[in-house]
Amino acid sequence: MAAEEKRVVTKFLRERPQDSFTIDAALENGAYEALRKALAMTPEDIVTEVTTSGLRGRGGAGFGTGQKWSFLPKGVFPRYLAVNGDEGEPSTFKDHMLVEGDPHQLIEGVIITAFAIQAHHAFIYLRGEFGLGAERLGKALQEAYDRGFVGQDILGSGYDLEIILHRGAGCYIAGDETGLLSSLEGERAMPRIKPPFPAVQGVYAAPTIVNNIETMSTVPHIINHGGEWYASMGVNRSTGTRIFSVSGNVEKPGNYEVELGTTFRELIYGLAGGVKDGKGMGFFIPGGASSPWLREEHLDAPLDMDAVQSELKTMLGSGAIMVFDETVDPILVAWRLAKFFAHESCGKCTPCREGSGWLEKILYRMAHGYGRPEDLDLLLGFGNNLAPGLSWPPGMTTICQLGPSTMSPVVSLRNYWYDEIKERLAADAARRGSIEVSAAV
Amino acid sequence: MAFSPSNLEAARELLARYPQKKSAVLPLLHLAQDQDGYVTPEAIEEVADLLDLTPALVLGTCTFYTMFKREPVGKLLVSVCTNVSCLVNGGPDLLTHLQRRYAGDPDVTVEEVECIAACDLAPVLQVNYEFHGPLTGETAVELVEAYKRGERVARTISGTAVKAVKSPGSNAGVS
Repeated sequence: MAAEEKRVVTKFLRERPQDSFTIDAALENGAYEALRKALAMTPEDIVTEVTTSGLRGRGGAGFGTGQKWSFLPKGVFPRYLAVNGDEGEPSTFKDHMLVEGDPHQLIEGVIITAFAIQAHHAFIYLRGEFGLGAERLGKALQEAYDRGFVGQDILGSGYDLEIILHRGAGCYIAGDETGLLSSLEGERAMPRIKPPFPAVQGVYAAPTIVNNIETMSTVPHIINHGGEWYASMGVNRSTGTRIFSVSGNVEKPGNYEVELGTTFRELIYGLAGGVKDGKGMGFFIPGGASSPWLREEHLDAPLDMDAVQSELKTMLGSGAIMVFDETVDPILVAWRLAKFFAHESCGKCTPCREGSGWLEKILYRMAHGYGRPEDLDLLLGFGNNLAPGLSWPPGMTTICQLGPSTMSPVVSLRNYWYDEIKERLAADAARRGSIEVSAAV
Repeated sequence: MAFSPSNLEAARELLARYPQKKSAVLPLLHLAQDQDGYVTPEAIEEVADLLDLTPALVLGTCTFYTMFKREPVGKLLVSVCTNVSCLVNGGPDLLTHLQRRYAGDPDVTVEEVECIAACDLAPVLQVNYEFHGPLTGETAVELVEAYKRGERVARTISGTAVKAVKSPGSNAGVS
């Protein structure tokens, strides 16, 4: 099947993997040319250009980037830019590559964005576990300061900007945009209730724009080639290209940058080489651990953020596609994801703090032969308090999306294997006998 | 231990970079961990003092993040992922193999971690926050042994590149 990458953000780091992260190589490739161009524009024109491009946030929520910037209350200063590089959504590894492979592209995007929103401080919140990423980004940032791209009076424009590289310390929920703000203020990364949205009250209660690393890395290309150019790629309201992290049981796991509108089949079978060892497809997760799962019959659906939500009742989320072959037990995967969510629940909202733990315990026994016949219905029963409606997008009973996301694996089990699982649980119970059932777990 | 004079200077530089110094909690805890190998009770007090916060707030923050260790760990921290992409590629077996091999070894701490964003390398682990994968039980032990012999230079216990560490009391240059 015909499938090829369309490299915009990953072009340079793929062409020169040996030194794409150095300032000399980056400058040879035209780094910071977009910055010169942007500094000659008005901030309003930059916002308009990015709005024209149709670029949507690449972190997971897919909100219009230019639109987000335009939500800043007029005349309120100081403002801040917080770049989200916490990348914790299971099986997402694109920001990891962008930071290690092309830090100057990211820094350039950050400077342009900070100028567009008239911020004089930008934070790059980088996942703590990215040792090499922090090293390379830190060095790149120093080089950018030394060459006058960051700091006082950037390139003689009169514009000042400080960029702070801020390392996280191991925490999924710091990747939620308000959790990130709490973390940036030195506290536990507990999400905050919205409104007020960060654009109105963010870090230090000042207007703050939170954007993902891939989003920031795309901005220089939009300035260089124009919003119309970017919008000419993609499909419907999903414009441009996007990096998808494909992993699990595939022949060639990796990051693939494709034009939106490409199909899941082209991505999984064309680029990632299909299911490993010639096995059949069991199921796949289309947008990180938080997204409900899909199966073989959905492979020809296009990578279109809105259609995936309205027609397939799931999301492209963070762009992490996990593939599982026909031999993988879906309950085992559901349990492991529940274990993840239970570990990462911050504990602020009761439904999530309590529910994620119960979910993990019950899925554990279901996956390991100790399930009770009523377990799946039990999960769906209390799960309706975590993700009201048990569909996508789910209702909310918690401050952030982690709560309802915990139910996505269970909703998927119900959608595809309800009868099968009920039979398996009944068989497990019968095999153990009635005494063991009451003693188990 | 309290910050060494050079680290105290580094701490003051760090906190001065932020518009509000409270933001420096995580960086200072990383610095303290790099110096002592873990976050000591004294470090909590000192960070609180430097930032005009209560020790309770600093401790609350510290306990929330998995990278901060409040008990001494080995010079080599081996973090093995068992989340789903690693799960179906042998992550749990890799974890068990390493836990058994290094049980009782004071220089090596093996821990299970959540997805570390390198699923193309599954099953993947980190040694002091340097990525390695895909690995088998055998190749993983070879790798850890190479670190132990000093053939590979490990980052600090907080993942900082060794050349950036200012204190002689750090975990730099594990051998």
